[in-house]
Order: sequence, then structure tokens, then C-alpha cells
Amino acid sequence: MLKLSPTHYAALRQHGEESYPHECCGILLGRIDDDDTRVVTSTARAGNTRTDSPQNRYHIDPKELIRIQREGRSRSEDIIGFYHSHPDHPAQWSQTDLAEAHWFGCSYVITSVAKGKADLTNSFELTGSDENDKKLIGEKIDIV
Amino acid sequence: MPKVHIPTPLRQYAGKQSAVDVKATSIADALSDLVAQHPELRRHLYTEDGKLRAFVNVYLNDEDIRYLQKEDTLVSESDTISIVPSIAGGR
Repeated sequence: MLKLSPTHYAALRQHGEESYPHECCGILLGRIDDDDTRVVTSTARAGNTRTDSPQNRYHIDPKELIRIQREGRSRSEDIIGFYHSHPDHPAQWSQTDLAEAHWFGCSYVITSVAKGKADLTNSFELTGSDENDKKLIGEKIDIV
Repeated sequence: MPKVHIPTPLRQYAGKQSAVDVKATSIADALSDLVAQHPELRRHLYTEDGKLRAFVNVYLNDEDIRYLQKEDTLVSESDTISIVPSIAGGR
């Protein structure tokens, strides 16, 4: 399960609206509780380096992630997931999303942005033991 | 000693540690020492033929080793090595 505040939930959706008709992307920071609930305590917008195809692809520069990770460490926050948007497309993971997902145990949040307005937001946990059996499984988003 | 930062998904294979000190003077040595200390990491970092997986980015401080001397890049005592699985996707 993913737990986040209304403010953080709104922020990632708004990022999708602002980036439309391109995909937005960002990082979720926080902690993982003993019951494996991922609790978001901050979000960080990231640049989409896929300037060749931003309407249907995203990629976060690892250097940017390292910076955000370092800043998060100073606040005792870990990277617990990522978010991106699907312009005029369902909030469901694609084969590309799965193929490019490697952060096991983290949440991948997807927001569909229909004609510039954020529609559904879904979250998926990357499960499995390695690249051969990985799956993105839908999880509840608890907005508290 | 140089320190290797372990990303969240790999900590379960590194004794739940977020960083591991390694004895090394090169990236190759650092990663070798890392998997020697935590053998379960090997299959997540390397392919079966011993190559670093394409989606595993390795940074020496703030530099991608692909743009330095790759695994031959020299490492000093105060350096930080970051393992960063790539983050990408799209509809």
C-alpha cells in the first residue's frame, strides 16, 4: 500500500497537468513501514530526458536521482517510488513501464491526464525476485 | 574507505544496509569487494556472463563511470560510489 498526504497526491497530479501533452516524471521519498506500507513524506519533480519522445516516454537522469537521494538522506528519507503521467492514455502500466522497472519493492504511480486534466491515479508495486519474474501489481493508495 | 550507496531495492541483499564500505582502488575492485561481502547482490548487478547489467548505472561521486574509465576508473578513500538502477518507462 502507498500512503501519501492530499498535498503530495495533488502535487504529482498537477505535475502531470503542467507537463501535458508530455509525460511528467518524479520521485517519491519517504519510508517503508514494518508492514511494507510505503509512506511518502516528500515528492521531487524530475526532468524527463526523453526529449526525443516525451509524449509517450520518460527517463530520469541518474545524476538527478543521486542529487535528490542525497537531499533525501539529509532528511532521513529513502527513495520509495516514482511517478509519471500518461497523456490521453489509461493510468495502467504498459509493457515499456514493466520492462524499464527495476526498483523492486517500490511504488510506480501513474496518472492519466485527459486533455490536460488529471483523471485517474493508480499505483503499482514492483514485485518479484529478479528481472525474470518481475510484475507490477496494483496497490491501494491511502490518502491521509 | 570508499563507500558504496545501495539503492532501496538491493538493500535486502546487502544486510539491509544503505551503504557499504569497500576496500578498493578502482570501481571494478569496489564492486568485486561489494559482492564478496554480499554474494546475493551479484545476480542483480551482473549478467550470467559477468557483465554489469545495462540498467545498472554506477556513479563515482557525481560522474557516470561510462564517461570516465568505466570499471577501470580509479577510486580514492573519500569517494562515494552510487548504484542507481535506471528509471524509465512510458505508455
